[in-house]
Amino acid sequence: MATAAIEIENLTKDYPSGFLDTKKKRSLENLTMQVETGEVFGFLGPNGAGKSTTIKLLMGLIFPTAGTARILGKSISDIEMHQDIGYLPEQPYFYDYLTAAEVLDYFARFHNLKSADRRERVDRMLKKVGLDTARKIQLRKYSKGMLQRVGLAQAVLHDPKVVVLDEPMSGLDPVGRREVRDIILELKREGKTVLFSTHILPDAEMLCDRVGVIVGGKLRGIGAPGEIVGMKAEGMEILFELAAHGPSAAALLSKATRTGDRFRLHVAEDELYGAIDQLRSAGARILSVVQVKPSLEEYFMHLVEAGRAQASAVEVSGK
Amino acid sequence: MNTRNVGTWIAIVVVLLGFATVWRLQQKIDVQFAALHEERDEMLLRSGKLVKLLSLEYSPLIANLYWTRVVQYYGEKQRTHDTNLEELWPLLDATTTIDPQLLIPYRFGSTFLSEPKPRGAGRPDLAVRLIERGIRENPEYWRFYQDLGNIYYFDLKDYQKASEAFRTGGEKPGAHFWMKSMAAKIAAEGESLETSLLLWKDIYETAKDPDVRKNAGIHIQLLNAELDCKRIDGLVDEYSKRHGRHPSRISELVQAGLLPRVPVDPVGHPYVLDENGKAQLSVDSPLLEQQLMNPFLRHDSPPS
Amino acid sequence: MKRSGIVALNTFREAVRDRVLYSLVFFALMMMAAAVVVGQISIGIEESVMVNLGLSAISVIGILIAIFIGVGLVHKEMDKRTLFALLAKPVRRWEFLLGKFAGLLLTLLVNTLAMAAGLFLALLYVKHSLERSDLVIVVAVYFILLKLGIIVALALLFSCYTTPLLATLYTAALYVAGLFATDLRSFHSDKMSPALAKSAVAISYLLPNFENFNVMAAAAHARHVPGELIFQNTVYAAVYCALLLIIASLVFSRRNLK
Repeated sequence: MATAAIEIENLTKDYPSGFLDTKKKRSLENLTMQVETGEVFGFLGPNGAGKSTTIKLLMGLIFPTAGTARILGKSISDIEMHQDIGYLPEQPYFYDYLTAAEVLDYFARFHNLKSADRRERVDRMLKKVGLDTARKIQLRKYSKGMLQRVGLAQAVLHDPKVVVLDEPMSGLDPVGRREVRDIILELKREGKTVLFSTHILPDAEMLCDRVGVIVGGKLRGIGAPGEIVGMKAEGMEILFELAAHGPSAAALLSKATRTGDRFRLHVAEDELYGAIDQLRSAGARILSVVQVKPSLEEYFMHLVEAGRAQASAVEVSGK
Repeated sequence: MNTRNVGTWIAIVVVLLGFATVWRLQQKIDVQFAALHEERDEMLLRSGKLVKLLSLEYSPLIANLYWTRVVQYYGEKQRTHDTNLEELWPLLDATTTIDPQLLIPYRFGSTFLSEPKPRGAGRPDLAVRLIERGIRENPEYWRFYQDLGNIYYFDLKDYQKASEAFRTGGEKPGAHFWMKSMAAKIAAEGESLETSLLLWKDIYETAKDPDVRKNAGIHIQLLNAELDCKRIDGLVDEYSKRHGRHPSRISELVQAGLLPRVPVDPVGHPYVLDENGKAQLSVDSPLLEQQLMNPFLRHDSPPS
Repeated sequence: MKRSGIVALNTFREAVRDRVLYSLVFFALMMMAAAVVVGQISIGIEESVMVNLGLSAISVIGILIAIFIGVGLVHKEMDKRTLFALLAKPVRRWEFLLGKFAGLLLTLLVNTLAMAAGLFLALLYVKHSLERSDLVIVVAVYFILLKLGIIVALALLFSCYTTPLLATLYTAALYVAGLFATDLRSFHSDKMSPALAKSAVAISYLLPNFENFNVMAAAAHARHVPGELIFQNTVYAAVYCALLLIIASLVFSRRNLK
């Protein structure tokens, strides 16, 4: 039986808060989930939901209040396990007195690579993230996007089995985002496991095998982007053209949205074929028929709103 | 997590052991340093003027620090029975340069700079310099005149200057009334046991510094012993007149009814008579050591 | 251990690229030149004045570098988040601390040697030849290095859990306290309770005693420093640094990085 690449069990994190640190703020509660080997998993959630907290816990930057986690079968407190994982921190910042080549070389030294191998990889990475021309410039002169790319390079340079990226697309322009997406897809092709957090939903929908939605420190849903919702398909949407219309389709047409000669009409699934027949006999040209599902975005907003309502309910009750 | 806890406890034990080692090592290093006979560089900066410049508005605070150094220096010297007090003057000089209005270093210095060894530096000339600066900077403080008078009276034996000091001081605001009469008495008689006792008593009663007080106390004890011996000598003469020879022990005076019992010195040891019938301190008395170190105190017998 | 070396070399590289260091060293070399001049004025004691001034400069500059860079060693990495990427690598937190310590110590070593070379050159210029007895100056410089090691360890410790400003204050305070450690032992007052007196003695032994490393008088008068003392001071400094690093590791290993 293959162990999952990342296993998380009841992971909880409290932070001291309030005056004199006497109160506790629970930023992650009883997170239990797994990331399978070779899959691309997306953490979704609004700011402060607990995505970064989870990732930092996995990387050993902060320590859990309760619960355990394992990466590649080894405990997160096992430092040697870090040989096989790569990490891109949120809004990365590196030693600004070093050049890109020096930073990559510095980080690469911690992995047992022979120096020729290391040099070759540094070169390859710089080219891959498009920083080859800027390799001798000190990082203090780099733009945010360039820093992000350096971060990505140092995360994958040593060919890790698991790659963890905290908000990898943040601060990048569409071209940059596309490049990161391509890199993630390439990692997937190479059989690596990728865990990343983001709040850019289309990216998640496009890239991830599965997503996990975290709101208010709790995991609200986990599964493939298409099925996580639990909300059923809301019917079908027919896109058609109708130059002139007779009275037969009038009832339908009144429910449709019109843009010039094109109409969009929502019908329940069981009424689909009846509607199509009606439209055809009215002389309409059917352009497309598509299933209507709530998008990840809508699901997300729904959760966030529910979370807020819950939070304010809690506030009101004075707990 | 368990291995982590064990690791922490081990580390804590190692740290505690480490500090114990540091303690032992420090003791060894101290031995080494003592063996080097290093006269520690007592002051980081010797020039009082330079320090005053550097202290900006904090000179009173820095002066306090230097004063603390003086106290520790003196205390350390006393503790190790080291009679070499040659750093005392530079330290006091610096302290009073940095803050000329700090009164206590002047008073301390006037006692211990002029006091002969082993309890002082034996430099009454430097003591006069110090006090004269004190008077310049604080002209209305009558106690400095008292200190000046004491230096001239006890250590420089210049009774005229002593009398002048007491007189001038007696005219300053807040001066005690006895200053003027003391001036007259010294001008008339010079040194006398009575005068000396009075002067030391005043210091003993009014001094705030514990070292100064202790020193005055010792002087008072010695003077009282002097007085006692004089009285006993008087009684010995009386005995000689009556019996034609001087007594060989004090108990004979008691038997003759001249004394109610064998008198004891201020630290509780009985007086004895020497072979010439002169009263003196017993060999066992700790006061004897003090007296031997101040040979000039017995002024009715020539210093040996 | 090797990983500490990686961190150490990078720390050294950072210090070297920090231009502040150069101004400090330049200042020190100026001091040496001044020492030569002053030496000409104080007739008869040129050498001892020069040695005193020179060693003082080396000591003061070294302490300034040790404290000001030391207090930022860990804090800067935490503040700027460079530590995040680093700790995700296979390197233990104590290895990181050890590397930082070694890196700054290496920097100080290079600086101190440069300044000491300057001092010897100045001495050569004035004396026209060096004698065997001048080797005591080497011992004095070595002792300064030992002292700096302890100060770096102190600064590193405070850097682990507080801001650079507070860390500077604490380190400076402990340095001053360490200078007076011996005095604390003979601190006597009739008003003190025996418990307080005993605590004062205890503290006087546990504070880092920087006076141990002060042989400036010996160096100025070309007196010999016994090998026994050199050995003891080395052990003392090594043990004390190790203690401070262990405590720093304990503190830092538990720290949640924000």
